[in-house]
Amino acid sequence: MSIRRTRQDPWYVRWLLTVLALVVLIVLVVVPLISVFFEALSGGIRAYWANLFEDPDTRHSILLTLAVAPTAVACNLLFGLAAAWCIARFQFPGRTLLITLIDTPFSVSPVVAGLLFVLLFGQQGYLGSWLRDHGIKVLFSPPGLVLATTFVTLPFVARELIPLMEAIGPDEELAAISLGANAWQVFWRVTLPNIRWGLLYGVILCNARAMGEFGAVSVVSGHITGQTDTMPLRVEKAFQEFNLPGSFAVASVLTLLAVGTLLLKVIVEHKARQQMEEAKRLAREAGTE
Amino acid sequence: MSISVRQITKRFGSFLALDNVSLEAETGSLLALLGPSGCGKTTLLRIIAGLEMPDSGSVHHLDDEVTHRRARERNVGFVFQHFALFRHMTVFENVAFGLRVRHWSEDRIRQRVHDLLHLVRMEEIGWKYPSQLSGGQRQRVALIRALAPEPSVLLLDEPFSALDRKVRLELRGWLRRFHEELGVTSIFVTHDQEEAFDVADKVVIMNRGRIEQAGTPLEVFEHPANAFVLDFLGNVNVLNVRLQNGKAKLGEMEMDYPNYPHPETRDAAVYVRPHELRLDRFNRGGSSLEAKVVHVTPAGSVMKVRVRSDEFGLLLNVDLATSEFAELGLQPGDRVYVSPRQMRVFVPDYSI
Repeated sequence: MSIRRTRQDPWYVRWLLTVLALVVLIVLVVVPLISVFFEALSGGIRAYWANLFEDPDTRHSILLTLAVAPTAVACNLLFGLAAAWCIARFQFPGRTLLITLIDTPFSVSPVVAGLLFVLLFGQQGYLGSWLRDHGIKVLFSPPGLVLATTFVTLPFVARELIPLMEAIGPDEELAAISLGANAWQVFWRVTLPNIRWGLLYGVILCNARAMGEFGAVSVVSGHITGQTDTMPLRVEKAFQEFNLPGSFAVASVLTLLAVGTLLLKVIVEHKARQQMEEAKRLAREAGTE
Repeated sequence: MSISVRQITKRFGSFLALDNVSLEAETGSLLALLGPSGCGKTTLLRIIAGLEMPDSGSVHHLDDEVTHRRARERNVGFVFQHFALFRHMTVFENVAFGLRVRHWSEDRIRQRVHDLLHLVRMEEIGWKYPSQLSGGQRQRVALIRALAPEPSVLLLDEPFSALDRKVRLELRGWLRRFHEELGVTSIFVTHDQEEAFDVADKVVIMNRGRIEQAGTPLEVFEHPANAFVLDFLGNVNVLNVRLQNGKAKLGEMEMDYPNYPHPETRDAAVYVRPHELRLDRFNRGGSSLEAKVVHVTPAGSVMKVRVRSDEFGLLLNVDLATSEFAELGLQPGDRVYVSPRQMRVFVPDYSI
């Protein structure tokens, strides 16, 4: 198909389109990406290192993100598995509502999500006084950051797993049960191996989004330097304080993490798609025979 | 081990899948649950396996009630319609699964799996994955996987429906022999009456969540309990007749039916199997139907003759012994007179 296309279209059309696509890509993606590193390294490698690790606030922001993001991902891993299992394996009242609810974080603005948590857990909020009486701090502290991040990234794992588990169907799990396996054995030996690539793919997407989350986290963090500033917040704050090298240094780390995620995603995406296609093919075979 | 099912009822929402069903499978028997799709046969099988819970009624293994025992505690082997082999495991690991979850020792597992693979002549391909196997091979793996933990009961859900015809016929005979060798009480579900009659010791015919008839293939075939069973077994001619004064009438054709001595007329259906019809060159006085030969097909020991009665727009299938056929010397287009040697009358309370 693609071969025929290139032969049919005249050379200048091909060139024009290719050049146009390249220009857009270079202006919007490549140049900004390079400039991030360029700016970050403009004072030399030593200054870059100092900006990243000798400023305690920046160092803290990196560590905070590396703690908050995986925690949120772990929460969503558990939630995603449970939700996908419920939705793909059972018919129950409210099933469609649950599917819709899982998607809401995609449509609600992160800032609004953050405000919701303030409304819920803030001093004047519904649970605020109860939390204060029991000495639990949610807002302006890491638990709030984890909550906000988890909320924003809620759909990633579940959305990846639901169609996959529906395509695979319940038969293998039932077979395992009839062969004497308990629920734990069914999950570890049958369900998990069947969905592992889809799950990993969902986790990678979830993690990428969790590390970069700004809006919701910004609202619940309270911007306490050295305590609740994650990397994206640190980038902004350094930028506002005219600490451009510091800002770009943190930005460059975020960018590196993004590029790494992208590479991982490409590898896993291929595997995940194979798994999905295999599941669909088997389901089709079962359906047509 | 014998299995009995007592007064099982199961609903899915407002749909009554099983309506007070009772059933008995003796130790070592091979029983077929036969019926059209949606008749509840698969649901019944899953209830016996413990994969589904009945709303009321009980399931017994020998004299033990197992109704509330979980599937994994019932020691039942289940073969799924589409085999449900573990796609990420090799054939060997598939068969070994039930043994691993029971914590058999590695040596015993290897021995048992090897023996089973040998039994189905698949020792050479234990390292393959399900996607690399043919349909017939997958079926056999599914079967030995179910048998590996030495279940006391083997349940098979439409075991041959996902296979093409040739493989299906082959595996049927094989399953029969296999069952004789192992003697595990087995129940299988099918919608194919030929398959049920060919393989099973006992056939249970189901319709709309009820059992219509249970018996040996011969009993069911010779003495169908009702119109549904006769119709479902297939290959039967249906004549819509009128009953009056001990007679069943269709135009000129009259048959005795002493069970209905009343003077008022009533509609009924007469069922006649192809080999129960006779053909004559000449009218034998009142009790036959005039028809024309449409088509003749040789089928081994019988000739299948299709005739049409233009008067009633009725097509009838008649099986004649080849000698009989030769005597009559029929050709398509010939005029014949059809009369039943034997018939079954069902006054309708059942409708298709």
